[in-house]
Amino acid sequence: MYSFSYLKPASIKEASNILSVSDENKVISGGMTLLPTLKQRLARVENLIGLENCGLDKISLQEGILKIGAMATHDDVSNSKLIKSENPAIAELASQIGDRQVRNRGTIGGSLANNDPSACYPAALLALAGKVHTNKRDIKAEDFFVDLFETALEEDEIITSVSLPKPEKAAYEKFPNPASRYALVGVFVAKFDSEIRVSVTGAGEEGVFRCLEIEKALLAEFSIESLSNILISAEGLINDIHAEADYRAHLIVEMSKRALIKSLTR
Amino acid sequence: MKQVTLTVNATKHKHNISDHMLLVDFIRERLKLTGTHIGCDTSQCGACVIHVNGKSIKSCTMLAVQADGCDITTIEGLADGDVLHPMQQAFHENHGLQCGFCTPGMIMSAIELIDGKPDITEREIRHGLEGNLCRCTGYQNIVKSIQEAAKFDYR
Repeated sequence: MYSFSYLKPASIKEASNILSVSDENKVISGGMTLLPTLKQRLARVENLIGLENCGLDKISLQEGILKIGAMATHDDVSNSKLIKSENPAIAELASQIGDRQVRNRGTIGGSLANNDPSACYPAALLALAGKVHTNKRDIKAEDFFVDLFETALEEDEIITSVSLPKPEKAAYEKFPNPASRYALVGVFVAKFDSEIRVSVTGAGEEGVFRCLEIEKALLAEFSIESLSNILISAEGLINDIHAEADYRAHLIVEMSKRALIKSLTR
Repeated sequence: MKQVTLTVNATKHKHNISDHMLLVDFIRERLKLTGTHIGCDTSQCGACVIHVNGKSIKSCTMLAVQADGCDITTIEGLADGDVLHPMQQAFHENHGLQCGFCTPGMIMSAIELIDGKPDITEREIRHGLEGNLCRCTGYQNIVKSIQEAAKFDYR
């Protein structure tokens, strides 16, 4: 690791000011991706800005919508009574991320800001039509994810919390890479009053995306039979040593079926 | 450089350290507590697992400055003199180790895992151990040790 200074600002405003001074200053939340990256010297920073004193770990219900602080860890989310009762699919998703030690440090804000194409949270945010709240504005899920490891966040913008509307039914299913536990393919199915939203992570060459074919089929009828003849094109899907694009296409349908079944049992 | 004050195994320590020093290096090199191992150094293997404020974490993926003010327990903090912690005793009795390199991390993870769960299932234990790799045992006796320790009420 190259040397750096570690700063612990007491507010988001202060953190944002430090961030805006130099593009060699970076924010760290749980550090589950950033620290390994720094250790391998794939990144270099002048100042690392820890957000632990900024009070961003609250989980609350605001006007019926679940609001999760950016610094809430995966462990906080998976064990939150409020989340378990309001939106159990989120708690379940969080309980499957990485391993126990990663869940004790990694945060929802960090995961979303990193926008790893195989991360789980992006699928939840997109399928639930959530919003990312920052120190500057609110960003809709559709506008937030730009490309692999790229988001709509500006240089001095920091995620403060995330809002996730309550669906009628929802579930997340992933086929984990057996070594890393990242999603080889993960599918989040969410049913709202007049809309079905299905998002896919781990498979898209440009990161998380909505699978419109499956949404359309489930809107006609929210049942497993609707998915029995669906074929997903492998075009635009990731083809790598972990899985070929065709296999990922197959897994999208399979994970959708499993998520659908799980959502119907709640 | 930063000054950090932290409690490790019930002893308070105050040290001046580089901001980029990893917690595991601080524990091994400054405090000379070498029971916490460095296995992969890439946050995969779990040989460096310790407790920070009661939560298991991989100390190769946390900075020492981030632990300022925290209460830390390492493998050395478990036994009471010659009397082993029940989890250590269970590993001993069930042959839950072979070479022993992963054992400190396994035990630290296992203690957090069974907390308040006397009836923890084998499936839950295996899921809970996903962050700890063992190259010798095939996990069978590790799981057995943890299941046995879980039944023992040591609080």
